[in-house]
Amino acid sequence: MSDIPSELKYSKEHEWVRIDDDGHAIVGITDHAQELLGDMVYVELPEVGTNVAVEDETGVVESVKAASDVYAPVSGEIIEVNEDLVDEPENINSQPYEGGWLYKVELANESDVDELLTADEYADLIADE
Amino acid sequence: MAKQTALYPVHASSGAKIVDFGGWDMPLHYGSQIEEHHKVRQGAGMFDVSHMTTVDVTGNEARKFLRYLLANDVAKLFTEGKALYSGMLNDDGGVVDDLIAYFRGPNNYRLVVNASTFEKDMAWLTDKASDFDVTLDHRTGFTTLAVQGPTSREAAMRAMSEDCASAAAELTPFSSVSCGDWFIARTGYTGEDGFEITVPDSDAEAFWHALIAEGVAPCGLGCRDTLRLEAGMNLYGSDMDETISPLEANMGWTVDLKDEDRDFIGKAAILAQKAAGVQQKLVGLVLEEKGVLRSHQRVIIPGVGEGVITSGSFSPTLKLGIAMARVPAATTETALVELRKKEVPVKVIKPSFVRNGKQVF
Repeated sequence: MSDIPSELKYSKEHEWVRIDDDGHAIVGITDHAQELLGDMVYVELPEVGTNVAVEDETGVVESVKAASDVYAPVSGEIIEVNEDLVDEPENINSQPYEGGWLYKVELANESDVDELLTADEYADLIADE
Repeated sequence: MAKQTALYPVHASSGAKIVDFGGWDMPLHYGSQIEEHHKVRQGAGMFDVSHMTTVDVTGNEARKFLRYLLANDVAKLFTEGKALYSGMLNDDGGVVDDLIAYFRGPNNYRLVVNASTFEKDMAWLTDKASDFDVTLDHRTGFTTLAVQGPTSREAAMRAMSEDCASAAAELTPFSSVSCGDWFIARTGYTGEDGFEITVPDSDAEAFWHALIAEGVAPCGLGCRDTLRLEAGMNLYGSDMDETISPLEANMGWTVDLKDEDRDFIGKAAILAQKAAGVQQKLVGLVLEEKGVLRSHQRVIIPGVGEGVITSGSFSPTLKLGIAMARVPAATTETALVELRKKEVPVKVIKPSFVRNGKQVF
């Protein structure tokens, strides 16, 4: 059974969002997504300073098996990316909700977060797959 | 309903991720495909390859039949147990399948062909054999374990009976020996030393556990693919098929034309292709920047033409994107691959990346 922390919000495309103390949104992919993809070998991160809208492509995660686009779960400006993943993409497998985070967004619309799924709703979504 | 090997319950209870492979439920990995890959390059790993098809060919004309059926020539097998890799071609010179033929005695051969092509191969063999005095015996009820890696032979011999271990110890590469109803071959599909060991299904589970006790790691088909790709070994259906001749698939060395009197299926087409000049070839590609190459991606050779990636992945050993690609024969030493909306430079090499744990280009 995959890990779905209750304090996070989720997109239907298997991204998670955490709001940090500064009100920024930290984005990653879920434990369920990394399990499906398998061993990560390459991550393409968005550029800092890019403005993204909900569902925009914001990079790629690639496992030995397949490549998968990452979509922005919220809109705003990318203000930081997790450079460690360039050399250690396996952090997404080992700690999807911590060291495996992808990028941080300065939210354009805080209401975007309310549109996302709760942990329970996300659990239902992946149970139906 | 997918077919299952005798060891399926062991895989399922070991936490294997099971996928369909050629109509069989097979383990993709038991946790981490990359860790399993490293186990084989650095120590010992084992694969359940019981889904592969074994057909024994016997009878007065077994040798004559195989000299006609295969592009490689079984006449060069003199020593009992010796093995030969060959394509089985159609009249157009395309590859119906690739296989290993083991010479087990006068007019006694064993063929091991792919799993995903089972029905096609059996129909082809049966049809072609009808003009010869031969018997085809599709063997079932056996489990084959490929035990591969630098320490795999020692580990496997410790897990066998003393008789089998001493027979196995004598094997030179690409040869085989029978030991009671066990069949041991020093062959593989990983670019490492090792054995492929066929045992009755009733012995399979005990042997599996004995190998684990000797430190051999269960490995799934996922890393089997990255290992064979690093070793530059073709995958049927990806790197060659019925529309591709061995000359276009880096298998020219398996087409034996030395005996001019020998006819084999596809020979006329192969000779015609040679005379006209082979227009395309299978090469290796190495991505110079970070990323992963994937099959079906377009390869652009500036000023020459275009090709396509037939197998691509990420090399866990080299930590680079690598691929096999079919390109115009006149290719240059660099090319571009269309990789997710951008064109990235790749180095064009012979299709061999890693052998015995070491980079070879």
